[in-house]
Parts: sequence; structure tokens; C-alpha cells
Amino acid sequence: MLHRFANPTRFLRIASIAQPWIAWATILLAGTGLYLGLFNSPADYQQGESVRIMYVHVPAAWMAMFCYTSMAIAAGIGLIWKHPLADIAAKATAPVGACFTFLALFTGSLWGKPMWGTWWVWDARLTSMLVLLFLYLGYIALINAFDDPARGTKSSSILVLVGLINVPIIKFSVDWWNTLHQPASVLRMDGPSIDESMLWPLLLMALAFKTYYIWVLLVRIRAEIISNKIRILRLRQVHG
Amino acid sequence: MKRKHKRLTFVGLALLLLATAAALTLSAFEESIVFFQSPTDIVTKSVSPNKRYRLGGLVEEGSVRKKDDAVVTFRITDMANTVNVSYRGILPDLFREGQGVVTEGFFVSDVFTADEVLAKHDENYMPPEVADALKKSGKWNEMSSKMKKQGHVLGGGSQ
Repeated sequence: MLHRFANPTRFLRIASIAQPWIAWATILLAGTGLYLGLFNSPADYQQGESVRIMYVHVPAAWMAMFCYTSMAIAAGIGLIWKHPLADIAAKATAPVGACFTFLALFTGSLWGKPMWGTWWVWDARLTSMLVLLFLYLGYIALINAFDDPARGTKSSSILVLVGLINVPIIKFSVDWWNTLHQPASVLRMDGPSIDESMLWPLLLMALAFKTYYIWVLLVRIRAEIISNKIRILRLRQVHG
Repeated sequence: MKRKHKRLTFVGLALLLLATAAALTLSAFEESIVFFQSPTDIVTKSVSPNKRYRLGGLVEEGSVRKKDDAVVTFRITDMANTVNVSYRGILPDLFREGQGVVTEGFFVSDVFTADEVLAKHDENYMPPEVADALKKSGKWNEMSSKMKKQGHVLGGGSQ
């Protein structure tokens, strides 16, 4: 038992030191990024002011995939090396990733209506992103469906690993098939096809989203460790 | 072999098998995953009159004609083949000559009669001044022809 909690205890100590710093970094980055994106960057030559949706949409979509990949790595480590902290990290990431995915879909829809002329189409990019949202929701439902947390963790970790196949499909959907969604503007082989005046606010926002994720992750992992401790104490009381 | 090594091999192998299965499935369903067909796809295949198609490509320069009662006709091209399109309704803001579009409708004899026109946005983001500067310096055509060659405006595809 001691060995099982050795690492989480050390984690809790480091987390409580790191948390305020990360919180401040998030506030600063998001503040600067939003100011630059919304007030101090040019309108697009074709999209006009609607381009500003991108400063939320693109980082949210990146984070949706980043969170899923992190969750899969954590779930894999939990499954193979039985590391309790990894399982907790995977569980703590899921709702955050689901929110990012929803945000990407929602803002994309808001942008799609004035630009494309439709809220939604079933093209490869949009559909695979919707599948990602369902994978997150499925994971959350599955891990909470078991009375025995250990069994729930195992089944849901397998689900996450199977769903990992969707991440490269999302990323390359716009290259493999023709889609209504445009191809990548930033992460592409021949360099970004986005003007520098728009790239900087976008990268700041992307960084802000990332630190926000770390911040929320630390809070959620702490809460999860503490609630596990409470559960164990209660079980001990009951079983005397 | 320790148990955790066994688990590692098992998970690795399972993921590899899964990736192979997914790749095979996706390539088998390629026809139904693509969102639209290019004029070349349409021209090389025989089209049936009662089937709904999605046709995508660039609106050919100088081909847009506005007729009475809100009917617009234009040609969609993929730089190899073109298809005549007629559409009645409100066009999206981004619709213009040289722009990528996706239209949905039926073939009435040789004319594609669309009941929906969606504008495709490309991956280039820039302020108007930069776009003007590119046009003035003559780099605009260079850029757009490069993109057309890579098939980006047409959405990639698997050619």
C-alpha cells in the first residue's frame, strides 16, 4: 500500500508548488493571445472578421487531439506497467478533452455557416472529429459504469487505446480524402500558409490552451487522489 | 519474460493489427468517404440521371452568368475537365470565380442542376494588404497555380 502511494504523494507535493505558476502563465498567455487575436490582428482578405473564430477553434481542435493522445499514453502506461498515477491522469484528462472537442466542433459550426454556407456537413474531417467526441464520452461513461474501479479502468483503457486510431485519421483526413474542410495551415510540410500577423496570436492561444490543460489536470489529479484516499479510509472503517 | 513485458508486446501487437484493419477498411470505403467528386471523376464515369452527386472544384474564371429569376450558371473545373452547373438560390459570400466550391444536385442532360452550393475555403490566411501586395508583385498567380498543382484548392484527394 505504501509503495502504491509513494509516487502520488510526491506528485501532490510538486503539483502544489507548480499549480499557481501554471495558473498565472495561463491567464497571461490567454489574455495576450485574446487581445492580439480579437483586437490587434488584421481581418482576413476573404473571411473578414470571421477569421477571429480561428484563434479559439484551431487551438481547441489541437488540444482535442493532444488530450486524446496523452490520455491514450497514460492509459497504456496504466495498463502495461500498472502505474496508478497514469490511470488517474487518463481519467482526469477525459472531460477536459471532451470540452475542447466540443468547443472545436461548436466554433467550427459558427464559422461554417457564414463561410461555407452550412452549419454541418458529413465530410471526413468533421465526422472523425465527432467520433472523437463520442470516444471521450464513451470513455467517461464506461469508467464510471463499474462498481469496482479497477475493472472499470481496465476496460476503459482498452477503449481509449482502440480509439487512438482515430487521431491520425483526423489529422490526415484533409489530405487523404477530399473534404469541405480546408487542409492544415500551420502544421504542414512546406511551412505555414498563414500570415505572421495571424500566426503569433494563434500560437499564443495554443500555448494558453496547453497550460490551461496542465492547470486543470493538476487540480483534477489532486482531487482524484484525495477522493481515492477517502474511499480507502471509508472501506477500512467498514471492514474494521 | 516478465508479465509487464508480455502485456507490452500484447498491446503493441494489438495496436498494429488494429491500425492495419483500419487502413484496409478506410481504403475499401474510399468512394463513400470522399465528400465530393471532381469533374474528371464525373466525366470518366457515366453519370446516371436520378443519382445525387456532390461535385467540387474551382469556379472557372469568367464563367459565372446571372440569369433572371435568381438562376446562376457557371462552370466547375479541376484544370483538366469542366462541368456546366446551374443553380437557383442564394450563393454563399465566398462564392467567386477562381474559388473552390462544392455543389450538390442532379444531372439534367449535360448540365449539373445544383440545389446546394457550398464555398470551400482554402488554407491561406492573410490580411488584405498582403493579398494586394502579392497580386501586385505577380506572386499571386505563382502561388495559386502551385496550390492547384498540389490539388489543395480541390481538397487534396488521392490522385
